[in-house]
Amino acid sequence: MSTYPIAVNALTEPHLEPIRFGFGRGLLAAGEADERVVALCADLTESTQMHLFANRFPERYVGVGIAEQNLVTVAAGMAHAGKIPFASSYAAFSPGRNWEQIKTTAALNDQPVVVVGSHAGINVGYDGATHQMLEDISIMRVMPNMRVIAPGDSLEAERATLAIAASPAPSYLRLARDKTPIFSTPDAPFEIGKAYVLAEGRDLTLIATGTMTYHALVAADLLSGRGVSVEVIHVPTIKPLDDATILTSVRKTGRAVTLEEGQVAGGLGGAICELTAGAHPVPVLRLGMQDRYGESGGPTELLEKFRLTGALVAQDVDRMLQAATP
Amino acid sequence: MVSSTYPLRAATDPEALLDGRVYGRTDDDARLKEIAQVLRADIVRMLAAAPSGHTAGPLGMAELLTALYFNAMRHDPSRPDWEDRDVFFLSNGHTAPVLYAALARSGYFPLSELSTLRRLGSRLQGHPERKALPGLESTSGPLGSGLSQAAGYAHVVQNIDKVRHRFVYTIMGDGEIDEGNVWEAAMFAGKYRLGNLIAFIDRNNIQIDGATEDVMPLTNLRAKWESFDWHVLEIDGNNVRAVVDAIQLGKAVSFAPTMIIAHTVPGKGVPFIEYDHRWHGKIPTQEQAETALRCLKGHA
Repeated sequence: MSTYPIAVNALTEPHLEPIRFGFGRGLLAAGEADERVVALCADLTESTQMHLFANRFPERYVGVGIAEQNLVTVAAGMAHAGKIPFASSYAAFSPGRNWEQIKTTAALNDQPVVVVGSHAGINVGYDGATHQMLEDISIMRVMPNMRVIAPGDSLEAERATLAIAASPAPSYLRLARDKTPIFSTPDAPFEIGKAYVLAEGRDLTLIATGTMTYHALVAADLLSGRGVSVEVIHVPTIKPLDDATILTSVRKTGRAVTLEEGQVAGGLGGAICELTAGAHPVPVLRLGMQDRYGESGGPTELLEKFRLTGALVAQDVDRMLQAATP
Repeated sequence: MVSSTYPLRAATDPEALLDGRVYGRTDDDARLKEIAQVLRADIVRMLAAAPSGHTAGPLGMAELLTALYFNAMRHDPSRPDWEDRDVFFLSNGHTAPVLYAALARSGYFPLSELSTLRRLGSRLQGHPERKALPGLESTSGPLGSGLSQAAGYAHVVQNIDKVRHRFVYTIMGDGEIDEGNVWEAAMFAGKYRLGNLIAFIDRNNIQIDGATEDVMPLTNLRAKWESFDWHVLEIDGNNVRAVVDAIQLGKAVSFAPTMIIAHTVPGKGVPFIEYDHRWHGKIPTQEQAETALRCLKGHA
């Protein structure tokens, strides 16, 4: 039995809240706990939920205007002066626009800048492809000395923010705009670098990150009704990856499916393939964005179009299993 | 420490290291001029021993680094992390040789290490890496990010920690300010009235593809910075007294960041390198280095 505490009625009547809201609360709490914590934003203070911190600690909040290159390089300078800067914008712009500055002045320079990319994924919806950041996990994961964290719900975002502030190092924190289901409980564990087994199973390992973990739980539930036993692993830290937890599971099940709200190339799907190919080769089905951009539409419409809902994931997994049956 | 051999005898010859002297801070004009020439000689030797590097920019900036490390800045080579120090961010990281020379001549690391520039295992990376060498405040090379980092640091000191006696410095190349990141930082520093921030533009009029005014004109440079609410000074950047005086004036202006447009001669001190943009990213041969050292000695 998995010991991870899942919220009561998480699958049937989930409580919904944007992941970024948890970040806003977490940053405020981190600011209360440690006066070295400072916040910077590129003209999206309320969208990224930094207004809670900015209102409480006006002197420790820095608005930089619509200037993402300056956002992260000012943060690097502040980090060198002894602060723990959280620098937020939309993920499409940061790290979308300022990758080199993050690499040189935060990661290579080893300054504890936390790049907070809000509104990541397809759920940004109507704004369309320009604003749907789908490549962030891929481009941040390849950067040496950078941690990549994508919380699964708002409660976990709060925990992750506090954990990052408590262990300063170059980090990328991925947040989402839309209201998404809360599957964890307030006392659920979070440790940077840990993956969590949410449900145990025998037939395959379903590995998900960020907003997709809830859909993985739904898919596993549907598949269990069809007699398929699915082990669900939640990977809030894509880097450093919890190799041991993942390998233990795939050694048992012999099959993996990855699920993410972003490009599978280089994303969680890429990370799992790299790990398993080297340590324990198994077939891996990578679900997520398949080398294409998004488009305008409602968040749910888009998740359905790109087959990223629990029900559609269950169908695709079923199809995979049938294809594999001799 | 690297163990490779160097083509230039002078690079490892103790005699050539001008008795291995380390300098402290001074306000004596003659001594400051001497230090600038010593840095130039170090740059020439260092580059002649290196596999590659940039020559013109570092030579032209010798008085700027001299004024900072041997006059204006409060720093302590025995405590690179001294929390009350003044801080310098080299933004145009390709001019690292002049910074390495200034740090070595201040006593941050042994002078003999200068001859390891760009070699495998050296702490003197081709472009500065903060973690590699004591005294470096940042990692730089990709252009346009030094002013932002200096501004972030200055903002913490002045507006968050509210420390009044510390100053933050940076040097950018003139071609470097083609970068948009610079102008984002310019707006930021103006908005937050960073009176403790003193920046230089090394106005030597060259960049890789040719003259700055041909590649991308920097017309009305002074007016550009004034329009961003900066206090702007324009000086002869190869006159060390002018540099020292400009820094003092910049420190006295507390309501705005100061931009010192330092007109310099690229390759200053070595006639066959001066003004020639082809020396931007080229190193001297041993023969050229020996000629250059003779030129520098004549002017010391």
